[in-house]
Amino acid sequence: MSAAPLVELRQVSKRFARPLDLAERMARSLGATVSERVVHAVDRIDLTVFPREVVGLVGESGCGKSTLGRLVVGLYEPSDGVVLLRGVDRGSLGREERRRAQLRAQMIFQDPFASLNPRLKVREIVGEAPRVHRLVARRDLDRRLDDLLRRVGLDPSYKTRYPHQFSGGQRQRVGIARALAVEPEFIVCDEPVAALDVSIQAQVINLFVRLREELDLAYLFISHDLGVVEHIADRILIMYLGRIVESAPTEELFRQPNHPYTQALLAEVPRLDRRRRSFAPVKGEIPSPLDPPPGCHFHPRCPHAMDRCRREAPALREIAPGRLSACHLNERG
Amino acid sequence: MSAGPSEPLLVVEGLRTHFFTRLGVVRAVDGVSFTVGRREVLGIVGESGSGKSVTGFSILGLVDPPGRIVGGRILFEGEDLTRLPEGRLRALRGERIAMIFQDPMMTLNPVLRIETQMAEAIRAHHPDVTTTEARELARDGLARVGIPAAEERLSAYPHQFSGGMRQRVAIAIALLNRPSLLIADEPTTALDVTIQAQILHEVRKLCAESGTALIWITHDLAVVGGLADRVAVMYAGRIVEQGPVDAVLDHPLHPYARGLIGSVPSRNRRGVPLQQIPGMTPSPLKLPVGCSFRTRCTRADDRCLVMPELEPLPARHLVRCFHPYLEVVS
Amino acid sequence: MTAAADDEIAPAKESPETPLRRFVADFLASRLATAGLVLLLAVIFVALFAPLISPQNPYDLASLDLLDGRLPPGSQSAEGMTYWLGTDDQGRDMLSAIFYGLRTSLAVGALSAVFALAVGTALGLVAAYMGGRVESLIMRIVDLQLSFPAILVALILLALLGQGVGKIILALVVVQWAYFARTVRGSALVERRKEYVEAARCLALGDTRIMLHHLLPNCLPPLIVVMTVQVAHAIALEATLSFLGIGLPITEPSLGLLIANGFEYMMSGKYWISFFPGVALLIAIVAINLVGDRLRDVLNPRLQT
Repeated sequence: MSAAPLVELRQVSKRFARPLDLAERMARSLGATVSERVVHAVDRIDLTVFPREVVGLVGESGCGKSTLGRLVVGLYEPSDGVVLLRGVDRGSLGREERRRAQLRAQMIFQDPFASLNPRLKVREIVGEAPRVHRLVARRDLDRRLDDLLRRVGLDPSYKTRYPHQFSGGQRQRVGIARALAVEPEFIVCDEPVAALDVSIQAQVINLFVRLREELDLAYLFISHDLGVVEHIADRILIMYLGRIVESAPTEELFRQPNHPYTQALLAEVPRLDRRRRSFAPVKGEIPSPLDPPPGCHFHPRCPHAMDRCRREAPALREIAPGRLSACHLNERG
Repeated sequence: MSAGPSEPLLVVEGLRTHFFTRLGVVRAVDGVSFTVGRREVLGIVGESGSGKSVTGFSILGLVDPPGRIVGGRILFEGEDLTRLPEGRLRALRGERIAMIFQDPMMTLNPVLRIETQMAEAIRAHHPDVTTTEARELARDGLARVGIPAAEERLSAYPHQFSGGMRQRVAIAIALLNRPSLLIADEPTTALDVTIQAQILHEVRKLCAESGTALIWITHDLAVVGGLADRVAVMYAGRIVEQGPVDAVLDHPLHPYARGLIGSVPSRNRRGVPLQQIPGMTPSPLKLPVGCSFRTRCTRADDRCLVMPELEPLPARHLVRCFHPYLEVVS
Repeated sequence: MTAAADDEIAPAKESPETPLRRFVADFLASRLATAGLVLLLAVIFVALFAPLISPQNPYDLASLDLLDGRLPPGSQSAEGMTYWLGTDDQGRDMLSAIFYGLRTSLAVGALSAVFALAVGTALGLVAAYMGGRVESLIMRIVDLQLSFPAILVALILLALLGQGVGKIILALVVVQWAYFARTVRGSALVERRKEYVEAARCLALGDTRIMLHHLLPNCLPPLIVVMTVQVAHAIALEATLSFLGIGLPITEPSLGLLIANGFEYMMSGKYWISFFPGVALLIAIVAINLVGDRLRDVLNPRLQT
């Protein structure tokens, strides 16, 4: 890609710490071993999204993918590292520039029930932002709303209705219309179809693909469902416990997964074509982000773990053009 | 009173469970029939509103008002569960038929230790078992579902386990008394892929070991493909297709089943729009006349204004449709 | 129709009833609550139209006849007016006094609850949205406030401020705002984490707009319930204060004061001077509580789809 990246994250980390309250601070000053509980949700991530690209982000619970999505879109500020929007550090932007930059990256949420304000009509939900930011002249607002609703596959007459009158799939469409209303160039989709029925998932996924073509959008598509991501993404990132462990173009990842975790995921995901198979699942529980294992986060569950994996976290290295992987096994030989 | 070894373990005939709400009658299950043989794994597949969960609850008599079973028979080892008094049903639950749910906290009591709950489950059906014996059985139960350090974990509370572990404990409790039938209602839907794989592995192994038949209710076709011997696909309260898992998943006959299976991303090519079923699931209060899938079906015609029956085809494959996709049968 | 509907234009679920109609239907499903509502409406009606429906203006000294004092219920006055509930020691018709008393009690209770609502809501919203030190500060004050018995706080305040309707209302507001603040903060915290608030932030809508336009309307249901219960609470509290003699002045007696007036006669058989105002107070509070309880059940988000 010769164009400049839309979004770039450099060594971004995000920690959530619950500060000690008064009682705990007193206990500590009296000698009790009380320390802050810190969740290392995201740990030194490098991420780039180019225009018109679909980047898939896959991981299980606790891996930090939702946090990463929110860091990218600006809902969270990074604890460390830098977020660059079109090459400019977001932290350095002034208020007005920041506001305009914010509109260029939008988010679609997972829960179709909680992501729409139940007290507002669809007209207000979708039309509020363009009106407040004066993106559209007042007299054109209605027409624009109608266009948006039609584009996402909803009848314009529905703008007078409330969210509870719609099904899950339709609510997601309203959420998509809301995001499109401010004319973004980049959308972070946080598990947008996970809560939908299978037959509706297909409709909404097709909508995403169509919108990307029509509007030249880039996506960061977060999902735990490898099947969906395989269909829609150009490039896939695999996350485990706050770190990216592998990054590769979609076809190559599925053909030849490199990292042991990726291999486990691909082996264990139920596929329609595998019948009465014997499962050979990876042992162990997903560790808690409050207490990650030292060294490589995956080593307690990795069938190939070596002594080095316990001590040293592997760096994300290029193992082939366009392919990155964080595993000590790649350095042998 | 129990059925002979060659007779099916569970026979559901024409089950109808309706919910009488203020807005009307919701026919959640409206004429469902299937059998489950000993040691067999049956997958019941459907989307939300298909009635699959209510079917599971109905078998165990767990349907609460405003719903109730209004028709049909459920023959378990020869006894009709719909006609049994509550006392007899309670004796069967947890002993001969057990159930696990999507949320393990529906099984587990958050304020009791695991050993207390498991002992309770044993003693409810075998009051003569001593506390020590019950504890040992409980510990073995935990070990069998793959919980490490079972001895210490016995004195733990549910909240000290992760989601996957809790589900394993729920499974352990369900299998404690070696029931003949285990009904699983979406137990892995909320779990991560790697944990789901573990649970599927455990359940399969345990059911094979103890000879327990399994009904696995899910919306996930892939899980059913990996687990079940036979599959029943439900839509709007009825089974629309039923048969051996390979037959149904590779050569679906019913337009809905075909559309559902076809819309799974792995069945489609990259860059090409996914096959999709047009329209939406109809509201259970306003089902279309005749075949419930008629309004979304590309093959529907006037014949479909009458509800088709579940017709048997060779190899125990049944379909409820006037226009099934018969051409591709090999 | 043979062809399947075009999936692109997805039809919305038809909702035969608007949220309001469903709410009203749910509310009226309980007979007890409906009775409470009727009672409450009657009480409000009386309070509003007291001057018009009272047989006598009990505070117009010219219309009183001292000789008519302490007459039992049912007695007749010199002009042939029936004292349905008897008279007090000044010759006031108890029925009229109760009507006017209800009016005052209700007015003071409602006004103080409304002001407390405004103050408490503003502070609770700010605490929930801002978080951090601001939230800690506000909530510590709330906790402090709530740890003192309401009566005590009111007594101290009134001792400092003196008597008068305005001062009573102020004291009641000070005593009540903390309930509202805590309730609003609780629901605002829950709502703040919901994705529609994240979406609003993503759309760069300002903090104030988010608080007022998105958070506040969704925090209303529990607020409404607290409000109704607090009105009852305020009425009871004011009655207590007036009974103790530090509440409203004699010139604008509430039910509490009426009860206090007649207290000395309880033992000598002239029960009606205290009893009937007491009954009226009870009816008002029970009616409000019945309605409030039902509102709480109906608005309970767990019972909603």
